[in-house]
Amino acid sequence: MNTTVAARSGPATAWHAGSTKALGLLVAGVLLSIWAVATDARLAYILVYAWFGVGYGLLLQYGRFCMASAVRDLFAVRVPRMAVGMMIAVGLYALVSAVVTLAGFSGFHPNPMGWHVLIGAAIFGFGIVFTGGCASGSLYKAGEGNVGSMLVVVAISFSQAVVVSAGGWLDRLVPASWTASAEAKDMPAELSVTQGWFDQFTAGYVWDLKAATLADRLGAADSPWIAVTVNTLLVAIVPVLVILGLLYWVYFRPGYMRRAKIASPTVGQHLAGLWAMCTASRNTALAGAGLGVLAGAHVWATGAMRARFEVDNFGELLAAMNHQAGLSMQDTVFDPGYWYITTQEAQWGAWVIERLGAPMRDNIFFGLDNGVPSPLLNAPGFMSIGIIAGAAMMALARREFKWKLPNMEAAVFALVGGTLMGIGARVAMGCNIGAFFATVTNGDPSGWVFLLGMALGAFAGVKVFAWWVDWQAARRGDDLAL
Amino acid sequence: MAVTFNQTGDGKWTLDVRGYSCPHPQMYTKKALQKMAGGDELTLVFDNPSSGESIMAMCDADGNEIVDRIEGGGSFTWTIRKA
Repeated sequence: MNTTVAARSGPATAWHAGSTKALGLLVAGVLLSIWAVATDARLAYILVYAWFGVGYGLLLQYGRFCMASAVRDLFAVRVPRMAVGMMIAVGLYALVSAVVTLAGFSGFHPNPMGWHVLIGAAIFGFGIVFTGGCASGSLYKAGEGNVGSMLVVVAISFSQAVVVSAGGWLDRLVPASWTASAEAKDMPAELSVTQGWFDQFTAGYVWDLKAATLADRLGAADSPWIAVTVNTLLVAIVPVLVILGLLYWVYFRPGYMRRAKIASPTVGQHLAGLWAMCTASRNTALAGAGLGVLAGAHVWATGAMRARFEVDNFGELLAAMNHQAGLSMQDTVFDPGYWYITTQEAQWGAWVIERLGAPMRDNIFFGLDNGVPSPLLNAPGFMSIGIIAGAAMMALARREFKWKLPNMEAAVFALVGGTLMGIGARVAMGCNIGAFFATVTNGDPSGWVFLLGMALGAFAGVKVFAWWVDWQAARRGDDLAL
Repeated sequence: MAVTFNQTGDGKWTLDVRGYSCPHPQMYTKKALQKMAGGDELTLVFDNPSSGESIMAMCDADGNEIVDRIEGGGSFTWTIRKA
């Protein structure tokens, strides 16, 4: 592109007020961390999540790395930038994960494969078109000062909390087979698993599905080396190469060949084009690479912390620190050990609702599995806060931080879209991070089903969004009405 | 704040999408460029950084030229010449 850029805002590297604020945030984070460890060394467990979150936030903002745009911008404006960045991140995360798994530090659990993944992902994918970001994207944009994205986080938090604990008329939609299967699981009475649609969905449907890596499904899990090779190659590397090839062929090649004035390209010229696509946005490619490596390192770091403190779940440390209030009935809390976004936000929502007096533990999601810890002791919650803080530091340093209040249209989109994202994430058992990014990089093929569902939902969302834009323009009668 | 798209002179257009997050800025930019004639210039004002990446890629693919970029304080003012 022949772009003449007038530098009117001063060199990006020059020190300015934003740099001071970014440094102030960083110093505050370091001081808080020192205070926390000095208070109780076991709080280092939380700090691992928090600082990996800061790392994710820095890189997400640097690369404008939002997985929502990976599918949305393909359909809306035919731009493959983020889809390419996402594939780079998947490839590298998978390679680092392979090393971490072989080193014995992986705490990864595959997701059950079923129709719920496709349906939940489609609801999630529809929602992200209207919120302007996925779950992580909304966090980093909140760090840029985008109040609309903060509303998205609020909507995701409360919608999930309500979805997993709701009963009433929703129970009438539950198939009798789910109720019977849930009842047969012989769960503790206080969970009342035959009341509440999500409990019956979880115990009566999801638990009956198979959750396994590809190596397990193929019976190739006896040797760790063979299992990791099968999982990494067939579930991550090969699909990534195929998708990169498709993105190049469909979206990038026509414009690239036209600009390069190549009529009959050779294989070498195609490879050069593929490379040009991967490096077209340097920031996105670098962020993708950095996020892939960081996400893999995160799995190792949490594994090392668990070994250091001799625990399998942070709930054990919380109990040892006399913080039993937020634990599930198994004395556990949500503690994935890797990049994950939505469940900790559901816990924030549930914690607030509990403070308002409504019971939130009579269900499997909070009562049996994840608990409702205080936000001050929610380890993955600090990863989300870390993402906001890291993104704020990067945005301040790059002069891109700006408080942005949404207008009514954007606020409604944020709340409705965020609610759909929350519902979709719970039905699919995760968002594009937990149910896609963390799965396909660890040998679990269910993540590709999630991506397919998310793409289908985003496609429908873009169609509805485009209709909305046209209708708005026609209503105003302005020049945008085409 | 609503989206505004106006013709400000002969072959000169302005699109202001400040206050909007993805995908509004890139979708409105695409629509605006469709409305314009070849050689026309669009002054685009937005404040959602990630939209800039998509708009840049969009211009690159379609051969439209970004002839000026003024950035600072979280706002971006780009001038795009349609191919």
